[in-house]
Order: sequence, then structure tokens, then C-alpha cells
Amino acid sequence: MEIKKTSLNKLHQINNAKFVEFAGYEMPIQYGKGIIEEHKFTRSHSGIFDVSHMGQLFIYGDESLAEELEKIFPLDLKNLKLNCSKYSFLMNENAGIYDDLIITKIEQGFLIILNAACKDKDFKILSNILGTKFKMNLDNDRSLIAIQGPKSVEILNSIINGVDQLNFMTGNWFDSENQKLFVTRSGYTGEDGFEISISNDKVEKFVENLIEKGAQLIGLGARDTLRLEAGLCLYGHELDINKTPVEANLRWAISKSRLSNGGFIGSKKIMNQMQDGANQIRVGIKPEGRLIAREKTKIFDDQDTQIGEITSGTFGPSVNGPIAMGYVDKEFSKVDTKIFLEVRGKKHLANVCALPFYKKNYVKGVN
Amino acid sequence: MSEVKFSKEHEWITLEGDVATIGITKHATEMLGDIVFAELPEKGSNVEKDGTAGVVESTKAASDVYTPVSGEVVDTNQAIVDDPSKINEDPEGSAWFFKLKMKDQSEMDSLMNKEEYDKFAKESAS
Repeated sequence: MEIKKTSLNKLHQINNAKFVEFAGYEMPIQYGKGIIEEHKFTRSHSGIFDVSHMGQLFIYGDESLAEELEKIFPLDLKNLKLNCSKYSFLMNENAGIYDDLIITKIEQGFLIILNAACKDKDFKILSNILGTKFKMNLDNDRSLIAIQGPKSVEILNSIINGVDQLNFMTGNWFDSENQKLFVTRSGYTGEDGFEISISNDKVEKFVENLIEKGAQLIGLGARDTLRLEAGLCLYGHELDINKTPVEANLRWAISKSRLSNGGFIGSKKIMNQMQDGANQIRVGIKPEGRLIAREKTKIFDDQDTQIGEITSGTFGPSVNGPIAMGYVDKEFSKVDTKIFLEVRGKKHLANVCALPFYKKNYVKGVN
Repeated sequence: MSEVKFSKEHEWITLEGDVATIGITKHATEMLGDIVFAELPEKGSNVEKDGTAGVVESTKAASDVYTPVSGEVVDTNQAIVDDPSKINEDPEGSAWFFKLKMKDQSEMDSLMNKEEYDKFAKESAS
């Protein structure tokens, strides 16, 4: 299959991108200055991320659409206010996760942002469930750009006046140079920032404009270290079809009002696990010293019994040390529990720790 | 000190008397990206030509470090363990990895000189 390119491919090349294949797309892993510089620049200034490979699924319909989607997602969608976003999951009957996603109420229906590697399968699953009653458009004509970091609000607001009035996890349509952009205050870095849905033919000029105002392009490498420091899950690593939201320690994402009656796909398993707890749970892990424990690293207790496995591990540039996430048996999930990581045949001490590794405050009270 | 020689695994080596100093090449560090972890062989241990003698990790992945010659490890560079970013800064100078007391100096003969290595690195990168 031919590798796909986003509308910013040429701009990435001009900016000395090193490319990797990701979910069938040629994507920049880093630019000239390297992952650590890009990571720190995002935390201190403003980083631009091309996330156009992700799916932008528009589903159009009246009130009956919210009702139908509530049979799928563990959310109170009938009461979701216009332009408000929620983090959620597409699950199977066993509450195994097909994908994690952000769903936003828009005027004519809902906008769902899907992972690149999952979007086509998600579309099929949702089409099978919803039938032909609602118009669904996995929009390939729009790019998706994230701008993240403390200077982002000032930079973006100078181009799209009014985005500074958005609260975290809300969005709106904005007009900029005779086109409609959908902007949400959200992201995947632990920083304040925005995600902008913009038509493919306008995105290059738009990003050049952001660069002119002082933001810089950031690759998938730093996107990974940033999200890991922020304690955020990456599909295919922390989340997959064999993990449930409760096991992934994402109970907060399940609307309380949906737990009494269930009625969504996977609700039985979720309700059971909410009551009895899950056998394994996702935790933050800090190896002692400088040791990096990568994905698939086995986790042991002090009796040499395997109690879990690492799902992501790297060096956290802002934490200035190694960080990881993984699943451990629930009795080992308390903060400060001593665990051992087997790396290159030797066991190394590590501690279970609270997430996120790096914390900033999101903007909540603008209006 | 001898001429600098290079291995296909992107290590450099110099010889002074019977003690070889070994590190990884600038080209290797450029391929790896930001190095954030280094593990070196133990002093006093014996390593065999083309065997693993350490590990470097970048933000992206772990890579083995091989030794281009055999010998006894007589010194290691703790400074790069304490601050692995030094490897990116000066890979072919102060950020050497370990020193070996060589048994058989003829092992140097099969290694590449600078010109040969530069050509090899350019070809293997493309």
C-alpha cells in the first residue's frame, strides 16, 4: 500500500524533518534540533504538531443521534452542551478498547477525533451499529493541527481572534481569512493549547503563519515524551482490545449518570469492574537512577514473581529522568510500592508513582 | 597515538601502546538522536571482538555498543554515564566509552580508516 502524506509534507521537508511511517502515513519523528530541544521548546514556548493523520469523523443528526451514540459511548451525550468535548472510548462487549477518542457536540451532530491507526476500523464499527440513519463523514479534506505550550494562546489569538476565550475541553467555529476553522482548547502534551481543524488547501499557509509568530514544528518523538510526562495513554501501548477503561485507570472518563443503568456496549463489564476493581491496573513508574525501561519490560515483585509489564517507557526531558507507564497486579498499584524491572537480564529497582509526572494547570475559568 | 580506525558498527578506536580507546562515531550519534543513557562494561572484564560491550539509549530506542577488538577493560568513562548528553556533544573526543588492554593488535588491521568509514557511513545511511 502506498504511504500517505499529509498536506504539510512539503513544509516538514523544508524544516529538515526526519520521517517515519506511522499508521500508513509518512510523519515527522523530529526536525533538525532533536527530540529533547523540541520537547523543551513546547513546554517553554509553543510547539506545532501536524496530527492530520488522525480521523475527523463528523456524524450528523438530531436528538435521536445522541440517544443512539449513548448505546455506544459511556457518556451523558444528551446533556453534553454545544461545543463541549469529552474523552471516551469505542469498546467491544467485554469493554476491550477499540480506540480512545474525543467527542465534541457540534450544532448538527458530533465531531469525533480518532486515532490514525484505528480510524478506518472505527468507521466500519460505527457504520455497522448506526446503519444509514445518520450521515457520517470521515473527512479527508481537513487537516488537524495542534499548537501546544504557554505561548500558544497569544500566538493563535493573534491569528484567530477570540480563541483565548475558550475553556479547556471546549471548542467553536472561527472565521479566519474567509474560511471556517473548528478550534478546541485541548491537546496531548499536558500544556495549555489548541487543536485546529482546517481545510487541506489552507493548512500550509496557516502553519507558516504560526511559525512566523514564533511557534515551531515538533515531531512525533517529542509528542510521545510530552504525552508520557503528562501521564496520557497512547493507543496500541497503554490501551488495546485486551484492556478496559477501568484497568487503564480511566474511570473518570465514564459519566457517573451512565453507571446506574448501563446500556452502552461493554457496560456490564465496566460496572462489574467499577464495583470489584480490576485485577491489573495502569500505573506510573519511575525507575531508580537513569535506567530506561521500554515497552514489554517485565515487572517483578521482590520475590521474583512477575506482576506486570511496561507499556511505554522513555527519558522525560522535563522530569530529567526516566519515566514509564505499565500495568501491575492491583495489590502493587499503590504509590511508592517498590517493584523490579528486568532490563537486559538484570532486575532494577523502580517505584510506582502518581501520574502525571509533569503537571501544569489547564485553563478552566476564562468565562 | 595511532591513526583512528573505525568499525562497521560505528565505533572508533585509537591505540596507544597496547591500550585501545573506543567510542561511538559522530555519525552514530546523529543516527541515534539525543542520547539519554549509557551503560559501559565492567572494569577488569574481558570483551571479545564484535561482542557487545555496552548500551546507549536515545529518547527513541536502545542500541548495543560493540567492541571492534578483544581485550581486558582497563578504564571506563564515568562522565558519560553521569551525563549521557556529553556523547552527542563530543562523541569522537572527550566522550570515549572504554579502554582495553589489547591481546592481539592485528585485530586492528581489518578496521576501516577515516576515508573508508566516511564512505561506508554515507552509503549505509542512504
